[in-house]
Amino acid sequence: MDSLVIDIAVLVLAGFVGYTVISKVPNTLHTPLMSGTNAIHGIVVLGGLLLMSQSSGVLEKILLVIAVAFGTINVIGGFLVTDRMLEMFKAKDPPKSDETAAEETPES
Amino acid sequence: MIGTIFLQSKNFIDAAYIVAFGMLIYGMTGLTGPRTAVRGNKIAAVGMAIAVIATLLRKGEFHGSSTVWLIILGVAIGTAIGVPAARNVKMTAMPQMVALFNGVGGGAVALIAWVEYRHAFGGGYPLRSEIFELFGAIVGSISFWGSNIAFGKLQEIIPGRPIKLPGRSQTVLNIGLFVIAVASAVIIASGTHSQALFILGILVVAAILGNAVVLPIGGADMPVVISLLNAFTGLSAAATGVALSNTVMIVAGMIVGASGTILTNLMAKAMNRSVPAIVAGGFGGAVAAPAGGGETGGTVRSTSAADVAIQLAYARQVVVAPGYGMAVAQAQHAVRELEKALEAKGVTVKYAIHPVAGRMPGHMNVLLAEADVPYDLLKEMDEINPEFPRTDVVLVIGANDVTNPAAKNEPGSPIYGMPILEVDQASAVIVLKRSMASGFAGIDNPLFYDPKTSMLFGDAKASVSEVTAEVQAL
Repeated sequence: MDSLVIDIAVLVLAGFVGYTVISKVPNTLHTPLMSGTNAIHGIVVLGGLLLMSQSSGVLEKILLVIAVAFGTINVIGGFLVTDRMLEMFKAKDPPKSDETAAEETPES
Repeated sequence: MIGTIFLQSKNFIDAAYIVAFGMLIYGMTGLTGPRTAVRGNKIAAVGMAIAVIATLLRKGEFHGSSTVWLIILGVAIGTAIGVPAARNVKMTAMPQMVALFNGVGGGAVALIAWVEYRHAFGGGYPLRSEIFELFGAIVGSISFWGSNIAFGKLQEIIPGRPIKLPGRSQTVLNIGLFVIAVASAVIIASGTHSQALFILGILVVAAILGNAVVLPIGGADMPVVISLLNAFTGLSAAATGVALSNTVMIVAGMIVGASGTILTNLMAKAMNRSVPAIVAGGFGGAVAAPAGGGETGGTVRSTSAADVAIQLAYARQVVVAPGYGMAVAQAQHAVRELEKALEAKGVTVKYAIHPVAGRMPGHMNVLLAEADVPYDLLKEMDEINPEFPRTDVVLVIGANDVTNPAAKNEPGSPIYGMPILEVDQASAVIVLKRSMASGFAGIDNPLFYDPKTSMLFGDAKASVSEVTAEVQAL
């Protein structure tokens, strides 16, 4: 099959999966949901990484470095903020710790 | 990096991508309950990390000596900005933060589309991928600029009231800009001209469009706008994924697109307005209270902390209706103390949460959770509204528009038809407010002139603490 056809098929199916999953999220968790999905669209950072090796010329490189930086802010900031919020919804018995979010450190 | 041939093979990387988007979806299913949500978010984060690592493993990724350093530079800058921002942001400033993160995501899409386009310009790039890339360029750019304006409005760098051209010219301008952007895209896609400038044209026009669309939207509608822009960024990321034929980008982008769309619709419904009407703008502040209808009640009764304490302590049921004012005053911990003091006196305390109270859906829940308020005391609008007639005292803390009875009684009011917390059904209402200024929507609230309403003026946190002390002294 044509790869574009496959890609569009994935696009459509993912849309339905997303719709089904997200419909079940209760009102209470809508702020974390918004910031969590916000982190997920930071996936565009992959586009920057993919193009970096093919880029030529100073302008392209500058643009891509900015794009990667933007994407990284989006991903790391988004997940950290969501984690901070969700920690507060957890059971209150143990003392609160904000320090559990360390695993999303960047890799190079 | 382990440089074995296997790890660099396309099959391995595709497999890693599948694991990655599986984890992203599974992580999101965790968000359906407060108990599983933390883990879900972490699973999604790990999925994201896998996708990034797999991409870096690709053969030829580090072709060219500078590539490694440029990637490290980009990631380092992003980390240096993103981590402190995420760690230090106050819970009350969360909507701005989300708007900002959303904006940089959209900006990344637009920049990537730009670079991709420059490659395509040499020829040999399939037209159909180009269409997706151009979609990404337009929508990403709109999202970037629109989100920045939304951030500015929420941070109160830019006035929250609608800023727009007179009459219909704003709509004409917006439609004109949109047509220009699409026309430029068609010129590029048809590919017969020297198009180098058109991509810049698209980005600039889309940038102006992003500003022109969000500036006229009033502050009260900002949550809907952020959610809409979130969906836009997701869709543009998915489009970039199609152009680059990268499955994990497609799946992740579409999930965000779907979630943003659902949230936007839910919020628009909670405000009884249509999404197109919100985007058309002009609501919130521009409309003067119709014929001064709200002022007819005349005088406002102000009260003291001691009186409030007595009223509360001898009630059977007290409902707290929080709004953005509670967030601004950082009063959520003080409110929790008051709740505990009242519970010690045998008073039932519940919280009435309007879906769009605050500046984001679920904003109040996050703040009250921060103050350790038990999850089951937070009641959603449909659940609490039938209880108001049986409630002795409603304590409205920094909420305004979501309690405005004009939404039910005054067909001329700009918020007429919006579902509200029917606090005026309770036996008594106490409103904590800094001053008589109107709410974010800029509409007068007849609730304040209701004879059974009394007002306690002052900073919400100080007032609540004072009342708590009085309750404990009783």
